[in-house]
Amino acid sequence: MKLLKLVPDDTNIDFVRLRGLAFGLTLLLSVLALGITFYKGLNFGVDFEGGLMIEERFAQKPDLDRVREVVDRQGVGEAQLQTFGDPRTITIRLPVQQGGNEGATNAAVKKVEAALGQAFPGAEFRRYSTVSGKVSGELIRNGALAVVLAILGIGLFAIFRFEWQFGVSTIVAIVHDLLMTLGFFAITQFEFDLNIVAAVLTIIGYSINDKIVIDDRIRENMRRYRRMEMREIINLSVNETLPRTVMTSVTILLALFALLFLGGHVLRGFTAAMILGILVGTYSSIYVSSSLLITLGLRAEPGAADERPRGAIDQAERVGPRG
Amino acid sequence: MLDFPRWKVVGIWLVIVTLVSLSIPSFLPERYTQGWGITPPRVNLGLDLAGGSYLLLEADTNDVAASRVEQMREQVQTEMRRQDPRIEIGEISSRGGKLSFLLRDPSQVDAARERLLSITGSGAGMTGQREWDIQVVDSSRFVLTPTSAGLTQAVNSAMDLATEVVRRRIDELGTREPTIIRQGNNRIVVQVPGLQNPQALKDLLGKTAKLEFKLVDVNADPAQLAKGQAPAGSQVLPYPNNPGGLPLIAVKRSAIITGDMLSDARQEFDPQTNAPQVSITFDGQGGRRFARVTRENVNKPFAIILDNSVISAPNINEPILGGRAAINGGFTVESANQLAIALRSGKLPVDLRIVEESTVGPDLGADSIRAGILASAVAVALVVAFMLVTYGRFGVYANLAVVINVFIILGVLALINGTLTLPGIAGFVLTIGTAVDANVLINERIREERRRGRNVVQAVELGYKEASRTIFEANVTHAISGVIMFVLGSGPVKGFAVVLLIGIATSVFTAVLFTRMLVAQYLRRAKPKTITI
Repeated sequence: MKLLKLVPDDTNIDFVRLRGLAFGLTLLLSVLALGITFYKGLNFGVDFEGGLMIEERFAQKPDLDRVREVVDRQGVGEAQLQTFGDPRTITIRLPVQQGGNEGATNAAVKKVEAALGQAFPGAEFRRYSTVSGKVSGELIRNGALAVVLAILGIGLFAIFRFEWQFGVSTIVAIVHDLLMTLGFFAITQFEFDLNIVAAVLTIIGYSINDKIVIDDRIRENMRRYRRMEMREIINLSVNETLPRTVMTSVTILLALFALLFLGGHVLRGFTAAMILGILVGTYSSIYVSSSLLITLGLRAEPGAADERPRGAIDQAERVGPRG
Repeated sequence: MLDFPRWKVVGIWLVIVTLVSLSIPSFLPERYTQGWGITPPRVNLGLDLAGGSYLLLEADTNDVAASRVEQMREQVQTEMRRQDPRIEIGEISSRGGKLSFLLRDPSQVDAARERLLSITGSGAGMTGQREWDIQVVDSSRFVLTPTSAGLTQAVNSAMDLATEVVRRRIDELGTREPTIIRQGNNRIVVQVPGLQNPQALKDLLGKTAKLEFKLVDVNADPAQLAKGQAPAGSQVLPYPNNPGGLPLIAVKRSAIITGDMLSDARQEFDPQTNAPQVSITFDGQGGRRFARVTRENVNKPFAIILDNSVISAPNINEPILGGRAAINGGFTVESANQLAIALRSGKLPVDLRIVEESTVGPDLGADSIRAGILASAVAVALVVAFMLVTYGRFGVYANLAVVINVFIILGVLALINGTLTLPGIAGFVLTIGTAVDANVLINERIREERRRGRNVVQAVELGYKEASRTIFEANVTHAISGVIMFVLGSGPVKGFAVVLLIGIATSVFTAVLFTRMLVAQYLRRAKPKTITI
């Protein structure tokens, strides 16, 4: 049986040479993402902004303007309508109700539901949630704290297990992944809610996973080929782990695309964030984090006796495929 | 490495069979498992899948502090009057979170302090800390300030009691398996799965249900009353349904009956008008008090007060001796029933506000489950096919591991009585994608070692050995973010983290140990000279 190989054997791409280009591009994209995030802002969900969210499903695709008109007539504040995926399902966002107590909120939910039920026969309530301004502030704080702690915790682990350069390069790459994700949400204006924070934390977890695998190989090769130049070692390591990097990304993407198309609209933003994160994370593993090690001045342990004097790349154990 | 002793093989299979079989009850409808005699562990569905309501209730700690000062005011007044000699006090005020009063006779300062100590506690209580600071200003004015330790304790016990009351009220609604947990300093989390009408629940929790019977002050001057002023010893309360005009009424400050003197409350119908009403039964003490007061006040009105608002003010036509009374006041059957429940379950020691709420309709939950199962099945199919065409026989081993892993995660989730949420399903699908990562690492390493010219057994041995270190490190970092999500996340995010963490642990078992056993058995049995990988 002939087996599939996504990445041919013994690739020898000079990733390190591309690093000038990659750093430039990465920096540019990161700055752009940051700029867009600040300029356009994120479309925060009720969890983070406080307010009221009602989801209704209609018997057929409703006219959005009419829905807005019906809701606006209830005097419950300016409504934002959203559809994502299923055109029959509409999410209605309302600001925190005046008076701020549950009585006002309950009344608003009831009014909107009754009015919609009357104007659109067959409309049914799917879910709603309300979050007070105070709680939403706490949720933002906890979410941001979780992300920062995750990055720090994992960076510390990398420093503890490897050299400090690995920790720093990993953190830089993660911050890049994070900015890209934020930029994506700023451009698409997909709702950014608590679930997205979970997605971001997972992206961080996987992206680091990728980098650890490559870092691990770099460390192994540093011990094996003590005379080899750092850029050769890094190129060799990234190339050696390339089949695995691509394979794993593809399997996860396969699973995620199944979730994106079949998992229902509630999870769609979450899944979209993950897919983007996997792509960006794979890019930063290959092009950013390992090349950064050179810039940070990682060196093989000086003065250590070389057990294998023939450690040049052309003599390394990279023999061709066996027939 | 390829040496698997018999006991190890048996052990691995035993673990797999046990954990997988633990997942089975979760797939069966509940009616099948009812006859088993024992309740098998099953995975609970979160609110986003089962449908239901999540409420986050918050108490205002300032309220607790204020009502504590009010209570102290009453205690001080009775204590000073109770014993001989009576200590006359005046200018009593409970403003600004402090209680202050003046002694008519400054020579009684020591006696008054003695009595105050007996009601504020000498400081030798459970915590050993004072709950009140007692100060004497200008030789005859006492100022009582609650200490922060005392306040914390008061908030604590008020919240414990409030949680209990909330639980009783929700139980009265007859819902299935509600979860009611105190959270942090002043919050209560309520989760009620499968609830069709969250409105009733919210109405019920929004009621403090502080019931009082007080005599109406018939001597109050209507002009004064309209300005909100009441004679000494009386207070003005709102009376929205007053048939006599003003939506205000003056009542005596001291209560005849309070809600804690009830033994029962039921929704009934008024025998004359057939209107819904709430009939209440007093306990022994309440019954005797009510009998005495009504005997002394025939032909005078008394007010029935709920949460500081007068519901009705009936006339006492004759002494009421039977220890029962009825509350009328424009109820519907539903609102009368709710009031009865609230009265039965006792009054909330503190007002609760709903600061966060989410409700998911049962249809959406069912749709989400269907979509989740479909997505998981397709994800498994895609990954399995992909692994098969990439790694052949070794792909089959990895696939076996993935499928078993799905059931093991469910089994573990059932065992720890975990909750599966919608993001939890996403966690599942992700775990499917990443559990094979370990096998990808191993298999790619075996490929590499084969290319380096190692023989089959050496390549497999090295593949597992070298990859295991990487897998360990990758999983640790992964677990770090999982643990952080679990600790800091709330609701659905926690559900995601739980599945992720279980998946990390079980995938190491299935993807590394289990596949290594399968590979070892194959190599020993077939002794292949070459392998396709």
